[in-house]
Amino acid sequence: MSSVAQKRGFGATLWDWLTTVDHKKIGILYLLGGLFFFVLGGIEAMIIRLQLMTPNNDLVSAGLFNDLITMHGTTMIFLAAMPILFGFMNAIVPLQIGARDVAFPFINSLGFWMFAFGGLFLNISWLFGEVPDAGWTSYASLSLHSPGHGIDFYAIGLQIAGGGTLMAGINFLVTIINMRAPGMTYMRMPLFTWTTFVASAMILFAFPPLTIGLFFLTFDRMFSGNFFDHTMGGNTIIWEHIFWIFGHPEVYILILPAFGIFSEIFATFSRKRLFGYTAMVFATVLIGFLGFMVWAHHMFTVGLGPTANAIFAVATMAIAVPTGVKIFNWLLTIWGGSIKVTTPMLYALGFIPSFVMGGVTGVMQGAAPLDYQLHDTYFIVAHFHYVIVGGVVLAIFAALHYWWPKMFGTMLHEGLGKITFVFFFIGFHMTFLIQHWLGFWGMPRRVWTFMDGQGWNMANMISTIGALLMAIGFTVMVINIVMTTIKNERVGNDPWGDGRTLEWAIPSPPVFYNFAQTPLIRGLDTLWVEKMDGSKEMITPAEPVTDIHMPNGSIIPLLMTLGLFIAGFGAMFHQETSWGLPVLIFGLAFTFVMMAARSLKDDLGFYVTKEQILEDMKNEKGGRN
Amino acid sequence: MIKGLKKWRLFSLLAVFAVFLAGCGQEEISTFQPAGQVAKDQFNLLLLASGIMLLVIIVVVAIFLIALVRFRRSKLGEDHMPEQVEGSHTLEMVWTFIPILLVLILAVPTVYYTYKLGDVKAMEAVDEDGNAENLVVDVTAKLYWWEFEYPDLGIVTAQELVVPTHEKVYFNLIAADVKHSFWIPSVGGKLDTNVENVNKFYLSFEKESEGLKDGVFYGKCAELCGPSHALMDFKVKTLPRDQFDDWVASMQKTADEPVVANADGEEVFAQSCIGCHAVSGVGESGAQGPNLATFGDRNRVAGFLEHDEENLKDWIRDTQKHKPGNIMPSFSEDQISDAELDALADYLMGLKVEK
Repeated sequence: MSSVAQKRGFGATLWDWLTTVDHKKIGILYLLGGLFFFVLGGIEAMIIRLQLMTPNNDLVSAGLFNDLITMHGTTMIFLAAMPILFGFMNAIVPLQIGARDVAFPFINSLGFWMFAFGGLFLNISWLFGEVPDAGWTSYASLSLHSPGHGIDFYAIGLQIAGGGTLMAGINFLVTIINMRAPGMTYMRMPLFTWTTFVASAMILFAFPPLTIGLFFLTFDRMFSGNFFDHTMGGNTIIWEHIFWIFGHPEVYILILPAFGIFSEIFATFSRKRLFGYTAMVFATVLIGFLGFMVWAHHMFTVGLGPTANAIFAVATMAIAVPTGVKIFNWLLTIWGGSIKVTTPMLYALGFIPSFVMGGVTGVMQGAAPLDYQLHDTYFIVAHFHYVIVGGVVLAIFAALHYWWPKMFGTMLHEGLGKITFVFFFIGFHMTFLIQHWLGFWGMPRRVWTFMDGQGWNMANMISTIGALLMAIGFTVMVINIVMTTIKNERVGNDPWGDGRTLEWAIPSPPVFYNFAQTPLIRGLDTLWVEKMDGSKEMITPAEPVTDIHMPNGSIIPLLMTLGLFIAGFGAMFHQETSWGLPVLIFGLAFTFVMMAARSLKDDLGFYVTKEQILEDMKNEKGGRN
Repeated sequence: MIKGLKKWRLFSLLAVFAVFLAGCGQEEISTFQPAGQVAKDQFNLLLLASGIMLLVIIVVVAIFLIALVRFRRSKLGEDHMPEQVEGSHTLEMVWTFIPILLVLILAVPTVYYTYKLGDVKAMEAVDEDGNAENLVVDVTAKLYWWEFEYPDLGIVTAQELVVPTHEKVYFNLIAADVKHSFWIPSVGGKLDTNVENVNKFYLSFEKESEGLKDGVFYGKCAELCGPSHALMDFKVKTLPRDQFDDWVASMQKTADEPVVANADGEEVFAQSCIGCHAVSGVGESGAQGPNLATFGDRNRVAGFLEHDEENLKDWIRDTQKHKPGNIMPSFSEDQISDAELDALADYLMGLKVEK
């Protein structure tokens, strides 16, 4: 293996991507996979909005509509937002802390393939014509009642994808704890690394409940379990608790990395260090902690009683405080700075008012008695789209523009980026602002149609037009990506000119071992410190040039996941077919054999020689492929 | 010219007024026009919360805009190097404690109302004779219709809840198949109907439904329950206490004095429908299909279709087309001929207890 790119056949390139354990390539895989599902979820969203454009519309049937909303939510959360964020974490976090890879490259690859196959499994339901239809929350009474295999696809698909997420979370935790370069103390870590750290810790505690919940659901539906069947002594409310004990932290798992992304962007394009860094870190940790204390605010109308409702209401409102701290620290970061409105900065600036609106409506719903009115109406639809689109999706788009040069070595077009922003931002507010009022006017969520004469027609029409604008904006972005890739104008280490963190000190994209010499970290905003010292190399090395140990690629992660994928179909069909059980056993056995192969065959990796590194360092001056 | 201007002014004033009114939604379904104490409490909480939140938004957006105008690189020059401020303890304290204060202002009434609206102690209260002091309605939510039983009055109805005004009405809520949620937006927030336990709460109705657009308040199912979740509507008729008592009395009479508007229709009903539908308002919940004792008085067919014979006949011919996933069978011409269907529709429309 060599860092010098050679012309290779398609087969060899494909093999390289299927077996890669390089965090940068896995980052790109996550990004591509996530964007694919983002498009899928987006198409589902457009059909939903077109169906609701006019009263008594019959573009889609009632059953299909429920398929669409379920798959839209599930896809966007599990298969689009999280993987795309994992993509950035993979691509950037090791660079920010001065590491050569993540702690467990093999597991990193396994995590990706589990996400990919889990997502595939879930979406194959469309080909079977039996699609999950109980909402992304899949509340037990309805999900047990739902005929066909739809919910089975949900339970098994998410189980596989969720396993991948858990592994990714553990991997980032260990990476950030163990792989920081000398001098990179916790309180010198960039905010994106910090938020990744906290989000990973949340994954560690939030995903096991989901795993258990999904196993219960799988057993109930496919193996005659009775965890949730109340006629057999089960309890459906348990599902709601389990789901939201996972589900609420999940929201923070999404939004915290988004906060991290914006923190980087605000500092960079204000040319100013992040205001109140310590407070920001503390607020992040506090949000992560409180995120586990509030799940029952999704269940105020379940009838838990006034005491439970009151406690969870107050706990929910408490989260507003650290979130507010963050908002004001961002404001004070740009205050007194030198603001350059690049495309990423434009998204960051658009994020502030959008997210504040999403945040305050969250507090309003935290007031339990008020939530009795707002729960399960279009108000909540507006609220969570304000935080997820206005927070997470804007962050994803911002990061896409911001880190694209670092990941691919070429800059997305700024003009097209701004056009994307304008369409998307206006479309977003147009779609979701009016939905708050739809909720006030009594429109429940998840309705496949609505009757004329309830005063909702105009608002729904406006909302649909807004969604079309968002689609136009996204299309422009896809065009931008394609054009940029074709043009392929190479850029240097720090294309934005104001980079502050370590990733901007190395070539774009970096060599596969990232750092020829592990850097010595001399302060927060490592690169900025070096720039201010006028250092020429931009990196103070912490070690002499020596041989570097790197891991080998492996096809085993893909094969392990393939086994689970096959087993999933076996489990699903084992009750009605004779081949189901053997396939289930075969799939699981295949996975175990692969695990054994990995355990029994020692893979010691390889060394990049000192000569090779010195050669690379020389070439670096003349530009890099 | 001047006159034209005046007209234009008047017109714009009216337009603004219209927008304002439209902003409040429609009286029979909007949470902005509370028609009961519960909804009023919730609306007040909404006003308080919105006020606080608007304040927050204004402060944030103001700082944001000023910063954006004052600190642009295009204004400060490409070489401007801002001071690298670490932070400020004082400011951190300010924006920690002011939000805490704001949250507390909201938290106190929140907790107060949570307990107030959750108080159902009076539900079991009885007077000296052992009669219930308050009206209690047992609601059973089913795919995709609502059953309302008045246990102390011995009557049961469906799809259209009838209640007296100006008193607390207590509800026992449960679902018979999958989870639903009981919601009358203009009267008060929702409560889920779970499958395994009875949920209790109260509402009070302080406006007669008489003058409303359809003469009823709109009720909704607010929890996804299957394909026809969107169509699981019900209606609420609110009457002054004396009229309500009259209604109860005529309901109680339906057992002994059935209304027969069309004898042929009754015969068809007895053959094809009576297995699931009762036409006597006396009874308990637990029926296969909605009780039809008040069908002629109702506002909708199947909970959501315009209330006329045409829709009724369409519905009976093909129930799945109108409400996918519901459990009522459709009746073809072989089962009920066109002539029989006409008679049946006539009979059903005649099932009234109101004058």
